[in-house]
Amino acid sequence: MNAFFSEFTPLTAVLIIPAVAAAVLALLPGYWLAARINVLATLATLIAALALLVERPPVGGYLFVDDLNNVFIVLTTFVGLTTAVFSASYIGHELEIGRLTPRHLRFYHAMYQLLMFAMNLALTANNIGLMWVAIEMATLTTVLMVGIYRTHEALEAAWKYFILGSVGIAMALFGTILVYMAAQPVIGEGAEAMVWTTLVARAAGFDPALLNVAFVFLMLGYGTKVGLAPLHAWLPDAHAEGPTPISAVLSGLLLNVALYAVLRFKLLLAANPAALAPGPLMVTMGLGSVIFAGFMLYRRRDIKRMFAYSSIEHMGIITFAFGMGGPLANFAGLLHMVMHSLTKSGIFFAVGHIAQVKGTQKIADIGGLTETHPMLGWGLVLGVVAIAGLPPLGVFMSEFLIITSTFARQPLLAVALVAGLLVAFGALFLRLNSLAFGEPIGSTAPVKASYVPMYIHFGLVLAAGIYLPPTLVVWFQHIAGLLG
Amino acid sequence: MNASSLDVAHLLAGSMVLVSFMLLYQDRMFAMLNVFALHAIVLSASVAWQAHIQNAPHLYVPAAIALVLKGIIIPIALHRVVIRLGIHRTIETAVGIGRTMLLGIGLVALSMVVMLKAAAAADPLAREDLAFALSVLLLGLLMMVTRRNAVSQIVGFMSLENGLILAATGALGMPLVVEISVAFSVLVAFIVIGVFLFRIRERFDSVDLQALDEWRGERR
Repeated sequence: MNAFFSEFTPLTAVLIIPAVAAAVLALLPGYWLAARINVLATLATLIAALALLVERPPVGGYLFVDDLNNVFIVLTTFVGLTTAVFSASYIGHELEIGRLTPRHLRFYHAMYQLLMFAMNLALTANNIGLMWVAIEMATLTTVLMVGIYRTHEALEAAWKYFILGSVGIAMALFGTILVYMAAQPVIGEGAEAMVWTTLVARAAGFDPALLNVAFVFLMLGYGTKVGLAPLHAWLPDAHAEGPTPISAVLSGLLLNVALYAVLRFKLLLAANPAALAPGPLMVTMGLGSVIFAGFMLYRRRDIKRMFAYSSIEHMGIITFAFGMGGPLANFAGLLHMVMHSLTKSGIFFAVGHIAQVKGTQKIADIGGLTETHPMLGWGLVLGVVAIAGLPPLGVFMSEFLIITSTFARQPLLAVALVAGLLVAFGALFLRLNSLAFGEPIGSTAPVKASYVPMYIHFGLVLAAGIYLPPTLVVWFQHIAGLLG
Repeated sequence: MNASSLDVAHLLAGSMVLVSFMLLYQDRMFAMLNVFALHAIVLSASVAWQAHIQNAPHLYVPAAIALVLKGIIIPIALHRVVIRLGIHRTIETAVGIGRTMLLGIGLVALSMVVMLKAAAAADPLAREDLAFALSVLLLGLLMMVTRRNAVSQIVGFMSLENGLILAATGALGMPLVVEISVAFSVLVAFIVIGVFLFRIRERFDSVDLQALDEWRGERR
């Protein structure tokens, strides 16, 4: 018993709590209790994640926490909690209208916790093989949840996500094997040659040619999961056809987890002076995604699909910023990632309730929301204003930092980035105008919604735009320095 | 490790590339499934040989998984899917077979050039294994791209994955190989079950992915 408690540190808690909760929720019938346990479990995980900030556990062979992944863990568990709160009311409605059966719900809640477990495992893993397994697991659980409605569209989306995600995952594994091959002559055979902290410490001695090839595969593989163009094809379908809480978690968290994997390997390459600079590859893919997604936004007729393309755009911006590198761009990229996660999942909370009350996701069938449902309508307006990058919200600040730091170094790239952002900006406001203002279209029935998660997210984004606490700035600056 | 054991390892890995080429030009479903079973059996032999020459008994586990699951169970399961779907006549290709073969030759040449150069410093066994593995991987990818039918895409994906297992076992003393092979088996099992489910629920009239594309939200 004592041995068990000594094992139960904050680090293991962020893994054990979701795993146990998944097992309990898989067995538990009844929506009311399951939804509450889901919220409680995510709350407990968040507390454990916050405890990691105070007390840093020692580096282990399989798990570790450092400054970089701590940001991701806290963000993941926080959005996991707010999404669980939103999910409770969203899923309650789906149950009422019979789109989901109680059996599906048991499955849904168990999968939700399993996804949290897989993401936390991928973030805390100190072993590149373990990280790969965790990301595969996260992919599988989301595939199952995307297909949960069992409609034509949902199954097609799940299938597409599955096949493209599997190819991406296969590429990433090949890259992982190549990293091991590069490390093995220096570190020796066995598990030690896959431990990330050891790899980084001794990367200077690795064969640079092998590392370069490995990074190309890792970038293509995990880049598919980040949703970078031209590997993004699964993303809009998966976002549009699954339950909205899953869209929120996908956009807000899972894309970040894949990006985190890319960052880890970028650091590995940076530690080897003879290896190629990963920056230009990331800048190219990021910029391509921003411009591509900006134009694609104009043709969307489905509201969730539109915001999925906006996620591609923002993941492109973040990849671009990290690809540029340097303390300022890294800082901005990190800030933008946090802001995007909060804003985009907040938007999906609003969109989920809107789609429920209107009974459709078609943009043409939704209108005049600020008049009929002021709380939801203004929430959506606030979210779109934030995501489009208008001051004084947090996204404006991070985008501004990315653009100014790029202007100072590569003016041409900055011009292209600004062009992409403006194109996306135009598309978002074009659609927002008909969605939020003008003649009310569709059902005007009152809605039983949970506004709290949505407004907490937007409130945080607004607060970050006006005032960033100095401790946060110092923390992020420190990580930005680490990222090189 | 003597020269003849290296030669056998190369022979087996090279045969996998050859069988991958055979997969590319199959135009009958059942023949394709049989060739895939052969692919898995050659993989199993190759992994078992690696286990033998590396003195790594844990590698017999992925060899057994490849033989039983991918050499026997999955081909039989897919056989039944094909019969039930009534799609055993021909395989629709998106790109002609001649061009596919030429592309395949190009990809193998590419992977040889890249890997032999990049891994010049690595151990010769691992280096050449890696070049073969990358060829198998790229040929599997090519098969997924050039076939429209879901079942042949699955076979393409599984042959791609066989290439990965080959690479993982070729890397001397790589940890987690067994776990990774199990994780992939779960993935493959999910895919096969998914196809079964599609049919059992009779949501689709066809597993032709082009027909599935019609259902995209955008075109309604």
